[in-house]
Amino acid sequence: MGNRINAALIGSGNIGTDLMMKALRSADINPVWMVGIDPASEGLERARAHGLKTTTEGVDGLLPHLAADDIRIAFDATSAYVHHENARKLREAGVVTIDLTPAAIGPFCVPPVNLAAHAGRREMNVNMVTCGGQATIPMVAAVSRVQPVAYAEIVATVSSRSAGPGTRKNIDEFTRTTAQGIEQVGGARKGKAIIILNPAEPPLIMRDTVHCLTETEPDQAAITDSVHKMIAEVQRYVPGYTLKNGPVLDGKRVSIYLEVEGLGDYLPKYAGNLDIMTAAALRTAEMLAPEIAAGGYREAR
Amino acid sequence: MSTQATGRKIRLHDMCLRDGMHPKRHQITLEQMTSIARGLDEAGVPLIEVTHGDGLGGASVNYGFPLHSDEEYLSAVIGTVKRAKVSALLLPGIGTVEHLRMAKDLGVATLRVATHCTEADVSEQHIALSRKLGLDTVGFLMMAHMLEPAKLVEQALLMESYGANCIYCTDSAGYMLPADVTARIALLRERLKPGTEIGFHGHHNLAMGIANSIAAVEAGAVRIDGSAAGLGAGAGNTPLEVFNAVCHRMGIETGVDVMRLADVAEDLVTPIMDMPIRIDRDSLVLGYAGVYSSFLLFAKRAAAKYGVSSAQILIEMGRMKTVGGQEDMIEDVAINMARAKAAKG
Repeated sequence: MGNRINAALIGSGNIGTDLMMKALRSADINPVWMVGIDPASEGLERARAHGLKTTTEGVDGLLPHLAADDIRIAFDATSAYVHHENARKLREAGVVTIDLTPAAIGPFCVPPVNLAAHAGRREMNVNMVTCGGQATIPMVAAVSRVQPVAYAEIVATVSSRSAGPGTRKNIDEFTRTTAQGIEQVGGARKGKAIIILNPAEPPLIMRDTVHCLTETEPDQAAITDSVHKMIAEVQRYVPGYTLKNGPVLDGKRVSIYLEVEGLGDYLPKYAGNLDIMTAAALRTAEMLAPEIAAGGYREAR
Repeated sequence: MSTQATGRKIRLHDMCLRDGMHPKRHQITLEQMTSIARGLDEAGVPLIEVTHGDGLGGASVNYGFPLHSDEEYLSAVIGTVKRAKVSALLLPGIGTVEHLRMAKDLGVATLRVATHCTEADVSEQHIALSRKLGLDTVGFLMMAHMLEPAKLVEQALLMESYGANCIYCTDSAGYMLPADVTARIALLRERLKPGTEIGFHGHHNLAMGIANSIAAVEAGAVRIDGSAAGLGAGAGNTPLEVFNAVCHRMGIETGVDVMRLADVAEDLVTPIMDMPIRIDRDSLVLGYAGVYSSFLLFAKRAAAKYGVSSAQILIEMGRMKTVGGQEDMIEDVAINMARAKAAKG
């Protein structure tokens, strides 16, 4: 494990904690710091129990330690509002930042679709779109790499328990950012996103439906093959990513029915929406790690 | 006939140009919209809702693409009515604040922000903005049968705290019986600010639309939704012309002319129906199993396509505890049922 890149986790909530559990297993990423703002935070306590250093002073509490602890990468799981400030400070300090908030300052990254493209670009900040985006954009891309998609629409249904206060306060941010991701990364000419919160008990596992309208008659065999291949790609980091039905073809409509079960590291398995964000963020960091280790990003600065 | 509701003044809110979009598959023409709106206006209906059936921004593969955009429908109706005000519905997660601003700019007077009955906190940004823009702002708690009265009040208080000046108890599944309505409306009336109005939105799946609406008025509701000729999802909304007549008999003041509204229902709304709006087996299942009324036509279409029973699809949707907006699950359920049927041979 000698070649692991040292990382800081910013945000000590559910996402930050789940990400820490995953990162502790990583061969490429070594979580060293967890940053919070609340001294009573359970997440910080759990981080200390796993040997991480912690601060309750936000990103400012981390900055003086970046050099000594050789922190090269940070994950921000705070909020879009807080991330704007964090992003600036981390960029100045030369720390590559994986943004899990909807701030979308940096370019979108959906690992199986465009992570390879990011690897060579040395961007200091990449954004993970949204949970619904991570779950559905790979499928939009699976169709659009076969033939042009005029319009793609996704419906993400998540259990009420897995939708935190940040999402609830600004649900428009989800629909807006996801729609942009469907277009920019998924390759649809026009994108639309819908999110539904369902309070059923026991909580339902995240469901996602992807509807694409292709410009010409859909090629059933090629689309089906492409979808299955993409499912396998996502399963490399989210094993519970499952094609439940489809692709269903009806005229120019292609519909894909998905279920996303999480690993249950810290967040419950039903919260596949949160798991796919943390898993995708870690996978992104792991992919960027070799180049960061080689000093490529320092030269870029 | 005299009851505790006698002498009450209430406001009728017509739904046939919004909820009525569901049975019309969102294909009402601008001409039909304006002629019905003009009729409702002349009958004295004070408030008319105009939006895609699933609210602003509802145009989608999932819910259906409308014949015209929300902008076109709203502009046409707002330009037609003289006395009536026009409202728009918005479901956070589907519509956004951009849609809200568009509606306000077109002259919409009332904005209704709808969430599932347990999820009021997703409405904060929309309710707050609507109020800030000076709109009559309604919090619309859907599928209210799924939540006990005390919990429903907690959600209503959230919406009130964001700025809603009226809170609706919405029986989206047409599941409630009058006692269910009384319990919810009475507790809302008791716990919300005296200045906050209470409303009730019914569906007629168990033929309780009128009885439930009367129960609501008796318990303190002052806004009642209904639809001329009942044109709405499932077995339709509370038929507004019938409810209006009952109100007149009971001495509840609506300010709406009984025969003129009956004329709108008979001469303008009924002729545009693609099918009779009545309690067929599937609508009965909606009301009996507590399933979102707009699922009806989606279930019928999926049943025909996959050779399975629409009633069974709806029952399964109820068993899965689906909420409004989960239309996408209907095809998924139908495919699963067809697969199970094929496996049985």
